[in-house]
Amino acid sequence: MELMKLIDCFSSLSCLTTQITSALILGMILFLVASGLSLIFGVLGVLNFAHGALYMLGAYFTYTLLTLLGNFGVTAILAAIGVGVFGVVFERIFIKRIYSSPLLYQLLLCYAFILVLDDLVKIVWGYEFKSIGLPAAFRRPPVKLFGSFVPSYYLFIIIVGVVVAIALWLFLSRTKYGKIIRATAHSSEMVSALGINVPMVYAAVFGIGSLLAGLGGVLAGPVRSIYPGMGASIIIESFIVVVIGGLGSIPGAFLGAILIGLMRSFGIIGFPLIEESFTFILMAIVLIIRPRGLFGKEEA
Amino acid sequence: MKKTIFWGSIIAVILIIFPFIYYSNFMINYLTQILIMALFAVSLNLLVGYTGMISFGHAAYFGIGAYSVGILLQKYSSNLLGSLFLAVVFSAIAALVIGFFCIRLGRIYFAMLSLAFAQIIYTIVIKWTGMTGGDQGLIGGIPKPPISLLGLSFSIGTPLNFYIFTVILVIASFVICKFIVDSPFGAILKTIRDNFLRTYFIGIPVKIYQLVIFVIAGTFAGLSGALMALFISGAYPDFTYWTKSADPIFMILVGGMGSLLGPILGAAILNLLTAYITMYTHLYELVMGTVLVIFILSLKKGLADYLLESERFKRWSSSLAKKKPSRIGLATE
Repeated sequence: MELMKLIDCFSSLSCLTTQITSALILGMILFLVASGLSLIFGVLGVLNFAHGALYMLGAYFTYTLLTLLGNFGVTAILAAIGVGVFGVVFERIFIKRIYSSPLLYQLLLCYAFILVLDDLVKIVWGYEFKSIGLPAAFRRPPVKLFGSFVPSYYLFIIIVGVVVAIALWLFLSRTKYGKIIRATAHSSEMVSALGINVPMVYAAVFGIGSLLAGLGGVLAGPVRSIYPGMGASIIIESFIVVVIGGLGSIPGAFLGAILIGLMRSFGIIGFPLIEESFTFILMAIVLIIRPRGLFGKEEA
Repeated sequence: MKKTIFWGSIIAVILIIFPFIYYSNFMINYLTQILIMALFAVSLNLLVGYTGMISFGHAAYFGIGAYSVGILLQKYSSNLLGSLFLAVVFSAIAALVIGFFCIRLGRIYFAMLSLAFAQIIYTIVIKWTGMTGGDQGLIGGIPKPPISLLGLSFSIGTPLNFYIFTVILVIASFVICKFIVDSPFGAILKTIRDNFLRTYFIGIPVKIYQLVIFVIAGTFAGLSGALMALFISGAYPDFTYWTKSADPIFMILVGGMGSLLGPILGAAILNLLTAYITMYTHLYELVMGTVLVIFILSLKKGLADYLLESERFKRWSSSLAKKKPSRIGLATE
């Protein structure tokens, strides 16, 4: 009986550690994608449906750069920045034209780009699944933690996720640029009147959001398989994360992502067949009890 | 209302007579497919065009209709109309449950949630292998027992008979959709689309209207899915995948969302385009995505909207109206 396995797991420290670690790596990758999505929506007011495609690009960039350069550290940084630059260009060419368009066109443009990017990836990298494998630096015996063995790469993902979360929070709440971004989210006209180049802020925010999604793809590269359309599943999970956490809220995205991670990693032990529906049940509960999300502001 | 039925039956009769004048299997199958996809697009347009609810997960109901009718006829029943009816009811129930959650928040959330819930339907289809055939889809053909109604027996086994069956059901659905959008209920839907808050302020239970139209749209999508499953004698996981939801969006965007004619035109265009694109390349989504981008950034209006809103058409239709005080059935809003 699977449910017994779940209860057994709760009484075993090593099983708990294993499951919580896998919950956290899923949570961190989700957080990176969802926080970018949330940030872009919060400031630009555009729901970037194509955000999953940027995550996919991050993974593919990693694949190519790693075969060229061989060094994972350099690759990770370059790939994430590459996706960020792609995001800026994408915003300057396409997204900027639809800020004043009806919601339908904003959503559809992003939606159309999922179709386009998925096929472009097929042209460049082919149809087949790619896998990167663990970077050389992490090919070492797993770390022993509370009686369980945790691969060092997993710890790396968790550390990067937490560092990015803290850095993002500090950047938005403590720095001058963070202040400008928050002000722009609040009233772009006022910010513009103060002599700040608002289109620049928009491009930068879209770039940062893309970079975060790209970083998610970079980190996921070695532990997940890479294929065209891999963005579709992550974007849906990211939607669930921001619905739970509250659209536009970074702490909400963090908490939501970890909750989803926990649901998935424990759900798969207790209820392997319907594991994926757990995230939906969690979302449904949030929607009924607190529709605006755990950290959401009144009426989005 | 009488006019709608009148024009609906005229169109149905023309469509039914057509193959007796000029018959080719290719043409019949092509028209059948367009009609089915047009119904799918029209059902989505009830949400997108008339109510301003942007659903990205309409394939869910299409897929549920398709799988339900397939599974029922393969395993449980030899009554075609009954199975078709049940399949449509299942789609409606799914739309009711999913709609209940999707409409709780604003329009952005609606877009996200509709997509997310459609994806769970896809996951269920893939995982419930015993019932749906998983990745493989529902294979082995769907039996099409003859329909016996009022002592008469009618088989939809041949392409021509299936075409006639489709014409009757699809045109009847169009007539019903036309009733809905022309009714006071439809007027309120348009009010909700144009100004959500004011509609709410004049005391209209907006959420209930949204849920009702969501269920209606899901019902017709279910019917079109069920017809499609019967048409190709199978159902595949693709039917519920998000790229399938993109199809009707493409149709209403290219065809135009201001009328019932728009999505129908869009369905014809998409089917033609698909036939040509797949002849030259398998990068179907790239072409579709590019056409979408061009439409969004440059035209911003579907083809039927251009036609119906052009000065010349307005003059023509008003001169027609002067001669006989009628409205032109399906073509006008």
